[in-house]
Amino acid sequence: MGQTIAEKILSLHSYDDKSNGPLSTGTVNLQKVYANELTVARVDLFMGQDGTSPLAIKAFQEMNGKKIFDPAKVHLVIDHSAPSPNEGVSALHKLMRDFARRTGCKLYDIGEGVCHQLIPESGLAGPGSLVIGADSHTCTYGALNAFSTGVGSTDLAAGLISGQMWFKVPETIKFTCHGQLPKGVYAKDLILKLIGEVTADGATYLACEYTGETIAALSMDARFTIANMAVEMGAKVGLMEADEKTYQWLSQFTGQKFNPVKADPDAVYAKELTCDASHLVPQVAKPHRVDNVCPVDEVAGTPVNQAVLGTCTNGRLEDLRIAAQILRHRKIHREVRFIVAPASRRIFLAAIQEGIIQTLVESGAAVVTPGCGPCVGTHNGIPADGENVISTANRNFKGRMGNSKAFIYLASPATVAASALTGEITDPRIYI
Amino acid sequence: MLLRGKAHLFGSDVNTDYIISGKYKFKTLDMNELAKHVMEDLDPDFYQKISPGDFIVAESNFGCGSSREQAPLAIKYAKISAVLAHSFARIFYRNAINTGLPVVECDTTNIAAGDELEVDLTKGEITNRTKGIVIPVKPLPPVMIKILNDGGLAAHFRKYGGFNF
Ligand code: SF4
Repeated sequence: MGQTIAEKILSLHSYDDKSNGPLSTGTVNLQKVYANELTVARVDLFMGQDGTSPLAIKAFQEMNGKKIFDPAKVHLVIDHSAPSPNEGVSALHKLMRDFARRTGCKLYDIGEGVCHQLIPESGLAGPGSLVIGADSHTCTYGALNAFSTGVGSTDLAAGLISGQMWFKVPETIKFTCHGQLPKGVYAKDLILKLIGEVTADGATYLACEYTGETIAALSMDARFTIANMAVEMGAKVGLMEADEKTYQWLSQFTGQKFNPVKADPDAVYAKELTCDASHLVPQVAKPHRVDNVCPVDEVAGTPVNQAVLGTCTNGRLEDLRIAAQILRHRKIHREVRFIVAPASRRIFLAAIQEGIIQTLVESGAAVVTPGCGPCVGTHNGIPADGENVISTANRNFKGRMGNSKAFIYLASPATVAASALTGEITDPRIYI
Repeated sequence: MLLRGKAHLFGSDVNTDYIISGKYKFKTLDMNELAKHVMEDLDPDFYQKISPGDFIVAESNFGCGSSREQAPLAIKYAKISAVLAHSFARIFYRNAINTGLPVVECDTTNIAAGDELEVDLTKGEITNRTKGIVIPVKPLPPVMIKILNDGGLAAHFRKYGGFNF
């Protein structure tokens, strides 16, 4: 029977323990697994961030964990509240640093960037690999043809000890996107549109496969944006096939050979959806739900107090470049605070070299440390009561940015930049 | 395991930011402290309204959003004995079982706020004592029953030194 990408990658990491003793002893005999089966699989890479790692470290101790199965395969990232805004967070960061020193795992300290950019940049999450992260947006690396999914802290702790994770093999929903995105319309608009149609729980427990000429034409930066938001439909993972662009992107970071995986022609899908990208217009997700999506026209003119460019969804070089194109030689509206958080130090440096940061700062941007920025309300720009925020992030839940009386709109970097310029939600196409 | 308490109702898509806001969870590992803020953005007085053993009863997609394990833990430390919902978000569901918070997938349409409920996890049924009806429960996958019976994933690992299904 044919397999989906998700089924294949999980199969490649599942071992038949029947004939070879307990799994933990490291056995052979790859087995084929299919949707809805349970399997325990070996994981190639584990990730934790500063919101989830402290609890994982606690769970690790509760499990009598002594050492990490393979320290080179564990990466901890301090990105969610970095640098620390208070002594409570400082204590948790210290816990992570001490743990990393003791166990030998890799730690990315403040200023390195957001975990979902750093893991792809590590070169360890490539085609066909299996990655687990204690963060829901771990699904981002699906853009690299990696089966990567989010878990909680206790699951992570179990993984650090055993190198394994148990999975229910997901069924897959396949999105085929035809046509090229029009000018001024981006990957973010496409994924917002899909989420609006599928709804916030329309893909719960499922894997997503994104395919078609629209996806093939996208840059890796844009593909990450789409994979990143799979979880906003409830999905476990958002997968794409690997192609020349994937390898070229990865070759900046690693010379490693990977094991790319394609779906079989006779793979069985839970659902198949198609979309036509060629008539898409810029989209906005209105408060307080990510699936509350409308064309930008419908909310154009809504006053904006804060504009955010960054996060694991849209803090990549291409995103900063698009915003800079719109803001070049222009000043943002005086009633708007414009916060920019590059997704990683590497991106920050590249943006400096290209003059993008200069353009953004001259236009009035406040650039903050590479990392999560104000996305999750821990630091770096918490809105006041009644204020409207337009953000390139992936979530607009009430209270998400630290104030339940604020209103968050989600949009593409272009729409955010255009809105920062005019002080109200604005269709960016007039500037492009 | 037999659980008894009254129902507190919530709607669909109760996300983990509502269960415990990011502004608290990053500050501490003290779950008793976090528990005081459980569901605060949806109902500022919720913590005060809970009697030990009560249930959170919701519609679909409960626990969507982030992977924060503080979400099921805050509920558990607020002395809620189980969450009953039409459906759960995937990561929350795993986290709840891993940390020993029972989660029950069932039809919650016949449960009103304040109804007295009895949840029998072994038998897999809910008795709504106020309404005098029995509500069937969708059974947990065997792996999850094993983890819950062992007292959560940490206890499972302590017992076996790794996964043992
Ligand atoms: S940028 Fe936002 S969504 Fe992404 S990992 Fe950080 S807090 Fe989570």
